Amino acid sequence: MPALEFNDVCFAYGGGRPVLEGASFTLDEGESICVVGPNGGGKSTLIKLALGLLRPDSGTVRLFGDDPAEVCGRVGYMPQYLNFDAQFPITVLDVVLMGRLGRRARPGRFRGADRDAAGRALDRVDLSGLGGRRFSDLSGGQRQRVLIARALACEPDLLLLDEPTANVDQTAGQQFEATLRELAGEISVVLVSHDLGFVSGWLEHVLCVNRDVHMHPTASIDGKTLREIFGGDIVAVQHDHDCPPGEHVHHHGPGGGHD
Amino acid sequence: MTSELLETLREPLNGFLRNALLAGLLASVSFGVVGTYVVTKRITYIAGAIAHCALGGIGFALYAQHELGWGWLDPLYGALATALASALLIGAVVLSRSEREDTVIGATWAAGMALGVLFIKMVQRGGVSIESWLFGDINFVGRTDLWAVAGLGAVVLALSLSFHKQFVAVCFDEDFARARGVNVPLYYLLLLCMAAVTVVLLVRVVGIIMVIALLTLPAALGSRLARGLPGMMLWAVALCALFVAGGLELSLRLNTAAGPSIILVAAATYFGVLFGGKLFAGRRAAGGA
Repeated sequence: MPALEFNDVCFAYGGGRPVLEGASFTLDEGESICVVGPNGGGKSTLIKLALGLLRPDSGTVRLFGDDPAEVCGRVGYMPQYLNFDAQFPITVLDVVLMGRLGRRARPGRFRGADRDAAGRALDRVDLSGLGGRRFSDLSGGQRQRVLIARALACEPDLLLLDEPTANVDQTAGQQFEATLRELAGEISVVLVSHDLGFVSGWLEHVLCVNRDVHMHPTASIDGKTLREIFGGDIVAVQHDHDCPPGEHVHHHGPGGGHD
Repeated sequence: MTSELLETLREPLNGFLRNALLAGLLASVSFGVVGTYVVTKRITYIAGAIAHCALGGIGFALYAQHELGWGWLDPLYGALATALASALLIGAVVLSRSEREDTVIGATWAAGMALGVLFIKMVQRGGVSIESWLFGDINFVGRTDLWAVAGLGAVVLALSLSFHKQFVAVCFDEDFARARGVNVPLYYLLLLCMAAVTVVLLVRVVGIIMVIALLTLPAALGSRLARGLPGMMLWAVALCALFVAGGLELSLRLNTAAGPSIILVAAATYFGVLFGGKLFAGRRAAGGA
């Protein structure tokens, strides 16, 4: 059974121009992909459709063969960089515990099992021991790892990460890559990223999203394909496949911001 | 130094003062807890609009009492009804994302007040004063109010103890809460209703115009002192109680109106900490450079 399946999906916000049109692809269980495309090309919309947060205007979305709203509990989700209030007083552990919420969460405090799972998730991203710290006191890279831990806290079968490397410096990005590679070996990971160089060494397929979607083997992506995807307004991420991971040189052009 | 407040409380004729103090201390629990959600979710203006809409119900209740002979309709019930109605109205519009949020807040705010003023001006009999509702008057705080404050406060507290984790998720990150299957619209509306009930609790003491300060300032101070939301709530409860007691003490010493005294104590503390903190941080930075 595929982990995620889009079948001829069309979606537009409030009757406007379609953001996605005739989108079809299949992600097998255990398989991991990177989602790339220009700003406003429909990447985040695709993630929200997969979670059941948005409903397709036509076509079907299946998550583990089911309605996404029914089984979204099996999915770990990391929204696009959280524009969070720097004065929000919350501890790291309490952020991660949010990942233990579900549709049938019982009233009252979180249980011991929830706290254990949250602790394990923090271990996974090498932040054990920071549970009692105030979230806003952490560095940008640490915060992103906390949000990954929050996504992992439900012990998911599929992980949807929307631009997890945005606002993370290079050193933190490398630690991050190691964690993600490890996860991709265990469960399905769908990673939205601007930075193809970040994933091309370890993810086999790239899903290019620009109103329509196309699955490409990562190895076949060259400058020409990228220019087609991004509409020529971006100088493609230049990437030498022979470089060992972590030593890539990237040349970002205009339009490489975050939507 | 002796406290004017404690001395005055010993005098048997000051039942109204005792009631006002008790109401304030009891309500501090709800104010601290709900104020924490309101401040972190950044819905102070929505809470402000809800508080002002209470006047609509107060006005109608006063009209019904004096002109229609509905003696049973306490203005507090009227306030509760219109505050809850405005909470649901604003909440529904915000959730539908179909209109500009601030415009709807402003419209509800003004309409609620207009309704209240309209009805109060229609009351011919009895010396009904709109002022005591706008700015508070502790001479009005009676035994029934104390029971109402205790009862409604207990409901608000029970709801937040039961659904704290959902409220935190909704305040911190709605998108993620939705993705976890949390019924975000339900908890958002519940939160607004809890804010509506809470502001009504102290309308008699500090009035509808100023009550919002008592809801948000203790929580805002608490957020600077605590690492997490439970700590912020405890600080907010303690500070709210302190502001009520301090304001009443001040009003006795200076012979000033109780409501404004309470609010000014809260605001002075808030701005003192705000600017004092900035000054201190500036000096530390200058000293370290």
